[in-house]
Amino acid sequence: MSVTARIAPTRRGPASWPALLWTAPALCFYALFALFPLLVALYLSFTNWNGIAQAAWVGPANWLHFFSDPLTLHAVGLTIEMMILTWVLQTPLSLLLGVFMAGQQRYRAVLSVFYFLPLLFSTVAIGITWVSILDPNFGLINVTLRAVGLSSWARGWLGDPNLAFYVVAIVIAWQFIPFHSLLYMTGARQIPRELYDVAELDGAGRLRKFFSITLPQLKYTIITSSIFMLTGSLTYFDLIWVMTGGGPGYATRILPLHMYVTAFVNEQVGYGSVIALVLAASGIALSLLLLRVTGFLRMSSQLEGL
Amino acid sequence: MQQRRLSRRDFLQTTSAVSLAALLSGCFGVGGQSGGSSNSQSIVVWDISNGNDQKLIQDITAKFNQTHSSIHATVQFFQNDPYKQKLQVAMGAHQPPDIFFGWGGGILKSYIDAGDVYDLTPDLNADPAWRDRFLPSSLGAATFNNHIYGIPNDGVQPVVFLYNKDIFAKYKLSIPQTWGDLLALVKTVKQQGLQPIALGGASKWTYLMYEMYLVDRLGGPQVFDAIMANQPNAWSNPAIIKANTMIQDLVAAGAFGSGFASVSYDTGQASALLYTGKAAMHLMGTWDFGTITNDDPAFIQQGKLGWFPFPAVEGGVGDPSNLTGVPCNYYSVAKTSKAIQACVTYLKDAVLNDEAVDRRIALGEIPPVKGIENKLSNAPHSDWLLFVYRLVQKAAHFQLAWDQALPPQPAQALLTNLDQLFLRQISPQQFSANMNQTIGT
Repeated sequence: MSVTARIAPTRRGPASWPALLWTAPALCFYALFALFPLLVALYLSFTNWNGIAQAAWVGPANWLHFFSDPLTLHAVGLTIEMMILTWVLQTPLSLLLGVFMAGQQRYRAVLSVFYFLPLLFSTVAIGITWVSILDPNFGLINVTLRAVGLSSWARGWLGDPNLAFYVVAIVIAWQFIPFHSLLYMTGARQIPRELYDVAELDGAGRLRKFFSITLPQLKYTIITSSIFMLTGSLTYFDLIWVMTGGGPGYATRILPLHMYVTAFVNEQVGYGSVIALVLAASGIALSLLLLRVTGFLRMSSQLEGL
Repeated sequence: MQQRRLSRRDFLQTTSAVSLAALLSGCFGVGGQSGGSSNSQSIVVWDISNGNDQKLIQDITAKFNQTHSSIHATVQFFQNDPYKQKLQVAMGAHQPPDIFFGWGGGILKSYIDAGDVYDLTPDLNADPAWRDRFLPSSLGAATFNNHIYGIPNDGVQPVVFLYNKDIFAKYKLSIPQTWGDLLALVKTVKQQGLQPIALGGASKWTYLMYEMYLVDRLGGPQVFDAIMANQPNAWSNPAIIKANTMIQDLVAAGAFGSGFASVSYDTGQASALLYTGKAAMHLMGTWDFGTITNDDPAFIQQGKLGWFPFPAVEGGVGDPSNLTGVPCNYYSVAKTSKAIQACVTYLKDAVLNDEAVDRRIALGEIPPVKGIENKLSNAPHSDWLLFVYRLVQKAAHFQLAWDQALPPQPAQALLTNLDQLFLRQISPQQFSANMNQTIGT
């Protein structure tokens, strides 16, 4: 006791500078690949630049344009819609799947392998596969529908501006539900068995146990998963780009796609930088907000009394 | 029409070719520095050809290097889409290769405006035999202010109607001479429960063919010239509004089926509609002949593929011989090159020389070179080759695809607005209003 008490203060002084030294490489990389590009983007957002010629300083014009450009506002609307839609589609399903997979029976492990498959494929491969499944003439879905006499249900799934957005959201959910199920599975496995044993003694049924024990105990998992989903929806790009390219028309052009098209296809790098910065700021703001609102930062225990 | 070179097979060919090229450059060193003698000038050529075309270029270049001891040319091959990025970056850094492959039009223009491209006009004028070797309509997309910045390096690829002869024979259909004939034909085919015309709308540039042809037939090339000249409200020209109304009528008549906006040309689905007999016609660039040859060779061997030019439009003032599509691809010389005269010599002696012309014809391509009818008529599929060659030869005007001719931002807006027009989400008037806003941006 007295020995540790004497050693501890002498370590405290010099301990801070090696700590800084050890983190220096990481800090350098962070500065080089995160902070520096962010500052360059900030500079570019005040210029007009086509990627080849000299960048021309235009002041706040691009920023003002952002708030009045109907295409951009449309993309912002779609992004919020996509954020809500993917949360609504993914959360209940991942939660149920995760809790189901947290059980102990052996067949669940086998089933889990199949649930996790979408997680193992590259996004581009998923996109290409779904595009051919959804093809209006030769695709599996329409061919099957026609074969069983439901020709009137056959659609140009990705070509219908009223449908494409939802079809894309479903494919995104298909891709990411396995990941969130995995989170919920781990979360559910952490719940002490004693809680359920006690509940059973009190005569609680399956539903009661789920709503009174599992769900409250998964609070922080739900928060973590939601942060991933909501901030992740700000980065959906590859799948939508492969499946619809943002079309038909502007039906699936969410903000990340709009940023890419603006900066790299339309060669308006300055205006594209504005969109990119707005996206980055929204992502940071969103996760901070979620952490604060949900009390996640206080890290209060869910297991008091155990 | 920028993505026409991408099909699954092309992709495989290209990846293998790229790895081969990487292997070769690894063995022999990049550029000619290591191989050439000290006083020879080395030039680097960037190209995106794959498969047989790539082999052709390598052979021609090897021969050129043998016969020109003072020049050593090296060709590096890239995939289509990465190439555009790579060239863009190289141009931005003012370190392009000596000679670069391009499509002419807006992209080339942006490099010219940045002062990065060498003007070939004096060299062409100094050698009239070289200048007059090419069909005049094929130089258009690389000509700006009467200065020529690119030399054709492969075949002409106008857009024509392809049709399924079996379907035409079965229902006793005849080739439409006018737009009215085509509408009647669409109605007849529709009644048989078939899709009249295949359309790969998911690729978006496929929409452009109807727009370009109808506007040209109705109002002539000057309608688009006015757009290129940034004239205010140029998109509100009555010819454009009329053309877009006709397009929406065609869609309403069920010409393209209901799912056209999710059919991709780039993955081969649209062409498949034609050769599987699900659709009767397809308006497409002549490169589709190669796509069908790859995907269903029997369809071509059994003579089931027919073709006709875009019909005349009643009451239009445009010349019905006018064509749209890809007049040609080009090689341009970078102004930063340290060996400009060596580059010009390469363009003159290696690119589309007699041997290259013969070999391209054997591959089913049609070089934009004068007086090659005899060669074409001795080649396989000569009826097809001569049809295309004569179309280009007698064309009063050959319009480069608008998405290539326009600067990038209006080009993208055009494709998206066409998407909405074909889906009847916007009216022809709204289309014009939306596009007018892009003028001068």
